Amino acid sequence: MSTGTAVPLGNTDTALSLRGICKHFGAVAALTDIDLDVAAGEVVAIVGDNGAGKSTLVKVLSGVHAADAGKIFFHGDEVSLGSPAEAHAMGIATVFQDLALCENLDVKANLFLGQELRPWMLDEVAMEKRSWELLRELSAKIPTLDVPVAALSGGQRQTVAIARSLLSSPKVVLLDEPTAALGVAQTAEVLNLVERLKDNGLGVVMISHNMEDVRAVADRVAVLRLGRNNGVFDARDVSSAEIVAAITGAADNVVSRRAARHTLAQREEKEQP
Amino acid sequence: MSTTEDNRVAPPADLRDERLATPRDIADHVRAGVRRVRDGDLGALPVIAGIVVIWTIFQVLNPTFLSSTNLVNLSFDMVPIGVIALGIVCVLLVGQIDLSVGSVSGLSGAITAVVMVRFEQPTWLAVLAALAASCLIGWLYGQGFNRIGVPSFVVTLAGLLAFLGVQLLVLQGENAINLPFDSTLVKFAQLWFVPDWLAYTLAVAAGMGFSAAGWVRARTRRRAGLSAQSPQWLVAKSVLLLAALLFMVSYLCRTRGVAWMFVLFVALVLALNYVLTRTKYGRSVYAVGGNAEAARRAGINVRRVYTSVFVICSGLAALGGVLAASRLAAANQSAGGGDVNLNAIAAAVIGGTSLFGGRGSAFAALLGTLVIQSISSGLTLLNLDSSYRFVITGLVLFIAVGLDAVARRSRQAHGRG
Repeated sequence: MSTGTAVPLGNTDTALSLRGICKHFGAVAALTDIDLDVAAGEVVAIVGDNGAGKSTLVKVLSGVHAADAGKIFFHGDEVSLGSPAEAHAMGIATVFQDLALCENLDVKANLFLGQELRPWMLDEVAMEKRSWELLRELSAKIPTLDVPVAALSGGQRQTVAIARSLLSSPKVVLLDEPTAALGVAQTAEVLNLVERLKDNGLGVVMISHNMEDVRAVADRVAVLRLGRNNGVFDARDVSSAEIVAAITGAADNVVSRRAARHTLAQREEKEQP
Repeated sequence: MSTTEDNRVAPPADLRDERLATPRDIADHVRAGVRRVRDGDLGALPVIAGIVVIWTIFQVLNPTFLSSTNLVNLSFDMVPIGVIALGIVCVLLVGQIDLSVGSVSGLSGAITAVVMVRFEQPTWLAVLAALAASCLIGWLYGQGFNRIGVPSFVVTLAGLLAFLGVQLLVLQGENAINLPFDSTLVKFAQLWFVPDWLAYTLAVAAGMGFSAAGWVRARTRRRAGLSAQSPQWLVAKSVLLLAALLFMVSYLCRTRGVAWMFVLFVALVLALNYVLTRTKYGRSVYAVGGNAEAARRAGINVRRVYTSVFVICSGLAALGGVLAASRLAAANQSAGGGDVNLNAIAAAVIGGTSLFGGRGSAFAALLGTLVIQSISSGLTLLNLDSSYRFVITGLVLFIAVGLDAVARRSRQAHGRG
């Protein structure tokens, strides 16, 4: 079922468009017929319950898994994303949920992993300088770059992962649960960062469980349910209840029942003398 | 220090965090080093301490152990195992293992001898044939590992057996094929020494190269607005290195001198160290060992890294085998058998290479081999047979790995990864 105002697909300045993407893992259809558009300078949030296919979609977009069927358009041209390197070279950068950092390497080696300067005589100085610039832009709280990533906290690792995705000046950034492991201040920093990316004309795809975060920065909210599109909403005029209804597949769901129970209890409390 | 001074000169880009303590003079550097060790970041310290202990014990038991003659022999004998251990370091860095290095080294010795003696071909062709055959073996391991998905442990265990058989086939039932004593290989492995003046020149050049590289690095860092090590600290380190090298050269030159074979080994160690630490390829080796999936997502061709590492390991094992055959002046059926495999793997691990991938360096092979060969040489001088050598090497290996495990826990507790 599809509720809310679906924004028409096929904008003229879309950075990234998906049409009819399918992905199976054995007998399980992880994604069926997914359509999605991301314009330059737009933040699209993808929400959905556990197992809705959010992370699978990110892996298809980042080239980790190849789609079984469907078309991907990047700036109007049909492309195939055969490998992470291909997606990366095209300008699609991804911050994975598990961050995909090498814990034995230090911060700057992780930032430049796979895109080191001067392959046969690494330019450590230039890489370190650029690392500091990047991390300062993100107001990262990392005291030194010489420690292996294993020694950093969860929030610091998240910052390193996001900084790494921005290193190659991508056109579209995919963030898989960027705020899940973060403290209050760091979450705000990441949301600021998402807005800054948007202002710089990047397309941002953000997966999140957190409705507050989604409504704070997203322009549009795309809902996935059991591997299918279940509505695209304009973030300005959709309520959290509507999104939750789309996520769970019914207006009468566990979240709304809980909320109703809660208000009922409050009302009863007030009515008692 | 006044606040106005702080405002005038902006601190280097990497030292702006107020939580960071930065060393200012040599005493600070020493204190920082002591703190590192206490936190469990031991580096090469345990193995160097181990060498000191082993040398002291053997010197007390037999005063000829540290004689110039014996150390010259040691510098010869450690090369074949050391070269093989270099390859083992590479496969361990990606978190894999090669159990067949012994067989491959024996096979390549046999190929060299057969091509040289039976087919009467020139030496370079014989060595090239052995190296090419072994690189092909490494490539096959890579294919078996990548495409079929057989664990490296099993692929190379199969290789251990298979290539032991091939070695016997190549020798065609002969117990041993002697290499001619006037061949380049045998002379290289037994007789050729660096002239004294050249040995001293090389030592001085190494010391000056070290300080020049450090100076250039400090200058580029300062120009880029980053912190750089202080000149005094650099000078202190360079002088220390130069003094150590000069002492070593002068001590070895009291008798026969510095062997070209040893120079070759040191050159290989330095070359591998450069590749591992200063190239994109080396970075990808560490990355694959640390987190193969992350490396793949960063665009690294993980399969190619695995294959290349197996090829490097087999190639170095072959070179080690050729050098061992040259040292013996013969290729025989038992070459590469027995303890060669385990000694090479033990050397890499004793030197500080992690069996779980992502940690270690080329110098681990040098230091670990020095430990193993010192034990072997010392026990030979004491006229003790190989049973004692196995027991003691086993104990040292256990201590090395145990110490590393303890140090790793301490590192994690102190936030040093």
